[in-house]
Amino acid sequence: MTTPDRPPAFTALPPGFEFDPERGSRLMTRHGHGGWLGLNYHAHGDGWFELELPWREELVGVTETGVIASGPIISLMDNATSMSVWTMTGKFVPHATLDLRVDYMRGAVPGRSVIGHGECYKLTRTISFVRGIAHDGDPDDPVAHVIGTFMATHGSYL
Amino acid sequence: MTGAELPPYAKALGIEIDRVENGTPVLGVDFSDRILGRPGFLHGGAMSGLMEMAAIAALHAEMDRRGEAMRLKPVNVQVEFMRGGTEQRTFAMGTVTRAGRRVALVNAECWQDDRTKPIALAQMKILLSPSEG
Repeated sequence: MTTPDRPPAFTALPPGFEFDPERGSRLMTRHGHGGWLGLNYHAHGDGWFELELPWREELVGVTETGVIASGPIISLMDNATSMSVWTMTGKFVPHATLDLRVDYMRGAVPGRSVIGHGECYKLTRTISFVRGIAHDGDPDDPVAHVIGTFMATHGSYL
Repeated sequence: MTGAELPPYAKALGIEIDRVENGTPVLGVDFSDRILGRPGFLHGGAMSGLMEMAAIAALHAEMDRRGEAMRLKPVNVQVEFMRGGTEQRTFAMGTVTRAGRRVALVNAECWQDDRTKPIALAQMKILLSPSEG
């Protein structure tokens, strides 16, 4: 794992900074890839976090069907699960995604926003274990299931 | 597979066919704010998207060689992030590990300036069905 040699993660939030999910996600979805995707804060609670990915033509993976590509779904779930870890720690801990597995249940319905629900189900000092679903309106009929791990790059989760 | 066949998502991110190696496309994307994750680093989701595109492109190339028109449906993907991607051009290429009649397993690798030091790996399972067209 390469250790970043410049201020890690989102410079607006120093390590250990108290994590305000709504404010934090607004900062993190305004710039870069999340900003380009158009990710929006949706909801959060202890150990879970939701982001919204609005449908738009540029994100389509299959031109004929209008179904959104799987890449934006991975990015949505990477971000939602990442944020869910900080709702568990209550503080900002810089980390990097180690792995993600995504199971695709079906294509998201064109025109509908996709909601990414991420949850952190276990923290150790250096590893956080996350899982989640992506759905387009009905959480009981998900578009995708996700499971993954993150590693704290600077400091400890606990 | 030609550039025109890359989906809107790939084109919007600036993903293009960099070259073709032994019949398999190598995809490339220049660094931009659109694929930036934490400051100074490539977003993992964008890397994953690039590898998925490369995996699908490799499988299309294999199907073309066999003369089979197949519809591809991703079942799942496992991505391993090994190094932080930095602000430079990024490449990805897929390798068809196994393509039977109904399902294919495709590996993909993502690298930047040093191909011997990949920044991420992906393994994708794709369902195959005869194309109606």
